[in-house]
Amino acid sequence: MISVTTRFRLHRCLTFFALLGSSNMAFAAEMDMRAGVTDMSQRILQLHHYSLAICVVIGLLVFGTMFYSMYAHRRSKHPKPATFHESLRVEVIWTTVPILILIGLAIPATSALIDIEDNSDADLTVLITGSQWKWHYQYLEADLGYYSNMATPEEQINNFETKGRNYLLEVDRALVLPTDKKVRFLTTADDVIHSWWVPDFAVKQDAIPGYINEAWTRINTPGLYRGQCAELCGKDHAYMPIEVEVLAEEEFDQWIVDQRLAIELASGQAVADRAKTWTMAELIDIGQQVYLDHCATCHEADGSGQGSTYPALAGGEIPNGPMAAHISRVMNGAVDTEMQAWAPQLSDLELASVITYERNAFGNTTADIVQPITIFEAR
Amino acid sequence: MTVTAGHNIPNRSPLMAFLSRWLLTTNHKEIGTLYMWLSFVLFFIAGAMAMVIRMELFQPGIQFAEPLLYNQMVTMHGLIMVFGVVMPGFVGLANWQLPLMIGAPDMALPRLNNFSFWILPFAFTLLISTLFMEGGAPNFGWTFYAPLSTTYGPPSTDVFIFGVHLMGISSVLGAINIIVTIFNLRVEGMTLMKMPLFVWTWLITAFLLVMVMPVLAGAVTMILTDRHFDTSFFAAAGGGDPVLFQHVFWFFGHPEVYILILPGFGIASQIIPTFARKKLFGYHSMVYATASIAILSFVVWGHHMFTTGMPLIAELFVMYATMLIAVPTGVKVFNWVATMWRGSITFETPMLFALGFVILFTIGGFSGLMLALVPADFQYHDTFFVVAHFHYVLYPGAIFGIMSAVYYWLPKWTGNMYDERLGKIHFWTAIIAINMTFFPMHFLGLAGMPRRIVDYSLQFADFNMVASFGAGMLGLTQVLFLYIVIKTIRGGKKATGRVWEGAEGLEWTLASPAPLHTFETPPKFPTPEEDYPRD
Amino acid sequence: MTKNRNNQRKHTILLSGLAVGMLGFAFALVPLYAIFCEVTGINGKTYAQEIDDAPAVLQVSEREVTIQFLGQVGRGMPWEFRPMDTQLKVRLGEINLTSYYARNRATQAVTGQAVPSVSPFYASNYLHKIECFCFTQQLLEAGEEQQMSLRFYIDEDLPEEIKTLSLSYALFEVPELEVASLTLTNNLQ
Repeated sequence: MISVTTRFRLHRCLTFFALLGSSNMAFAAEMDMRAGVTDMSQRILQLHHYSLAICVVIGLLVFGTMFYSMYAHRRSKHPKPATFHESLRVEVIWTTVPILILIGLAIPATSALIDIEDNSDADLTVLITGSQWKWHYQYLEADLGYYSNMATPEEQINNFETKGRNYLLEVDRALVLPTDKKVRFLTTADDVIHSWWVPDFAVKQDAIPGYINEAWTRINTPGLYRGQCAELCGKDHAYMPIEVEVLAEEEFDQWIVDQRLAIELASGQAVADRAKTWTMAELIDIGQQVYLDHCATCHEADGSGQGSTYPALAGGEIPNGPMAAHISRVMNGAVDTEMQAWAPQLSDLELASVITYERNAFGNTTADIVQPITIFEAR
Repeated sequence: MTVTAGHNIPNRSPLMAFLSRWLLTTNHKEIGTLYMWLSFVLFFIAGAMAMVIRMELFQPGIQFAEPLLYNQMVTMHGLIMVFGVVMPGFVGLANWQLPLMIGAPDMALPRLNNFSFWILPFAFTLLISTLFMEGGAPNFGWTFYAPLSTTYGPPSTDVFIFGVHLMGISSVLGAINIIVTIFNLRVEGMTLMKMPLFVWTWLITAFLLVMVMPVLAGAVTMILTDRHFDTSFFAAAGGGDPVLFQHVFWFFGHPEVYILILPGFGIASQIIPTFARKKLFGYHSMVYATASIAILSFVVWGHHMFTTGMPLIAELFVMYATMLIAVPTGVKVFNWVATMWRGSITFETPMLFALGFVILFTIGGFSGLMLALVPADFQYHDTFFVVAHFHYVLYPGAIFGIMSAVYYWLPKWTGNMYDERLGKIHFWTAIIAINMTFFPMHFLGLAGMPRRIVDYSLQFADFNMVASFGAGMLGLTQVLFLYIVIKTIRGGKKATGRVWEGAEGLEWTLASPAPLHTFETPPKFPTPEEDYPRD
Repeated sequence: MTKNRNNQRKHTILLSGLAVGMLGFAFALVPLYAIFCEVTGINGKTYAQEIDDAPAVLQVSEREVTIQFLGQVGRGMPWEFRPMDTQLKVRLGEINLTSYYARNRATQAVTGQAVPSVSPFYASNYLHKIECFCFTQQLLEAGEEQQMSLRFYIDEDLPEEIKTLSLSYALFEVPELEVASLTLTNNLQ
């Protein structure tokens, strides 16, 4: 067993190389797990270093012995092989020693796990719902909720534009959390299994449809932290990132106040939008952008769709059929398919304009116009 | 090959003779050959899919494999490698070698043997044809979690289910055949504790197969009924639970990965003593260790599910049990090293592959131990760290096991020595390529790259590029291997009966190539030294 | 030789039996899992409290816990669905009443089934529902809205360390074929 001092030195050594690596290769992947910004993430890093060190030492011993034997006992050097082929004593030793090493590993792992699974006494709770392919965050105490979609433009993914620094790790609305407060996460999903993972917090929890799971974190340092979905969930599994903005407590409280204000303003705006009668041109303009932001990933920018899973809208039955059915499909989704309910995610104006767009683009010529007030009444 | 085909029927066209020989054979050598070729062909197919994956991951952004296609490649690569390459490869080796090693004229159930094989080409034709179906091939990972595979699975999912049933039947029947053969057809004097270790590891593997393949059959049937017959095993809406699927699947899945490696352990235990010219160290320990691994494998399925919200007590139990598996595995590694120690070692190609197996599989074992630690697993799970882990235990593990066995026994099968220089080139380029491909994946996982993603953030680009280069090189080494195998079949330096100076075991008492029918009268066991052929 | 053959036959039959038995085991895992979860509460499901079983007089303790209420709808379910109270501070043993608001946005009648989930999972065995909209399928006509009630109490044996628990309902559409048969598997409610 390695002594405490040796372990500490090894740990320091590995950390040094990790830092060295991260400063030299400015934007290459770290070679080591990150320390993160919570006490738990740092404990986990230590556990990782500890187990890695043990494995490296055992590896050096075993492989060293093998290489030595390959050299010293090769036939040209060692023509007469020995004849021993069993030893109870040796078998007992190399069974018992590994068990002791494992016990040494199990102790810090057990201690960390017991703490990880203690979700009690949280200061705030956030409900995280995974969908194909976005997250929804709801602050239970503040009665505030919103969707978080990837913000990386399609042009970057398709290599038409240079990729930004936070390629695939940026969202339109980040989850905002306070420092130094115990945050309880409840995760669930509304279609398939997703997994919410932020490496800097060392929180990874599956989001399972129909069930809620809990996890917690307490973040030490303000900043922006990024994560990704960690369970294959269909076509755009790679495209549902997580961004968390962590603010000091007072700033967080202010942010909550600002959000409530913004909701009121938005509903004020929504009233104004409903009162107005919009022209075809205005709706098409807005609708096209909404379509590209939310619908094109499955139905394609030109409405051609992808097979029967993502039906074509160009010449499609629903965009050219009764308006009520089209509105219902967009607002409520379709059971047992990947077509989501957009009613909770988009405003009346956005829904009205995207439906108008679909009915008049890609060669569709219904000449139908949908006003935001129609959507409002359908809710 | 100089073996002669079956009965001579006059006036039969060459084509009919060929077809009836290979379609109807009940000979363990011919069936073994059929399994090996099936495995090799599927290795290239699944390998091509790996090339598609690595080419797309060469750079960030979508180059040519859209997510829908990419997810199909990932799924099919896994399914074909597990069920079409490793399992048939080891079964082929079992077919060829088990009767020879125990002094039996053939397997206990020869006609069942033929049936077990011929199910497979049919099953894989079905599975591969799904690539051309509407909606594409299965695209939910080889682990096909519900509800992605139930509610959102493409139409080909049902074909996939049928294919899995067929493969399962083949495996179960094959395993029954192996157990009955080993229990009943051993030559007089060969007690269980005198069997070659390859026979032992296959005996244990066969029990695992009989026990867990039916559980997989149950799991896919439940997926089928959830999809089409209004059951709700895995749907919360109907009172079911998606996590139940994971329990049933991994109850199969964990023993399955031991099925994928135990025969490899047996092969290493045959090859290392041969080339160290020294008996295997700790025979009894090796048997008990293998049995312990197999038994423990039934209680650790939960370690694939740590992030699903398991209760603390279950997490702790599974963590301890998983860590415990390291003990018998370590015992095996130490015994191999002790076999080498103070032996008289030469480094022909089979030995190189066997030593590469021990070292690189152990590295995979280390990452496995790290994964067992639940708090750390929360950072490793579903990242490329896991991909690195299982590729280390599967490629330098299972595949090297098969390759080393092929090099080891090809002279016995064909009567010709393979080209030693080419074999060494194959080995060294494979070692370099494997490490170039899979070692960086540890770093990618630690840096935060998830699994099964078609596209990734910029900080992962460098290591992905390295891995893709390695993968390209690895693909080329397979072509070299194919060339070596074909070249050996067609000719080469003539092999003696014993082939390898340090070889021990009944198969080495036969001429090379082994005649089509062997041990029709049982041989003497243990083999006296003078009974080994002198040529 | 015959002994060998007989043994072979015996072994083959035994092994085939083992294979078939394991297939049965796979299906047996379904009720086994359900029973295991019911007994331990491990997957956070709650079970119906028959009115007869409710004690005539409940001991109301001093201890208070917070219970959070969550609601969500499954994909394609055209209802608006939310809890009327997002959280309540309740005393153990005390019977409480809350409700969920539901409105059918669709242009035809839709039947829904609410599936509960409790976190932490082991609290689920201590949450007793006397009256709950989740006990039965709920039919709402087009445009109809309703307040659906939930009457419950939390057992005073609730483990000390739980100060907050969350009860979530996921509402799913019941396909027309199944509306006739009212009970879910496992009598889960």
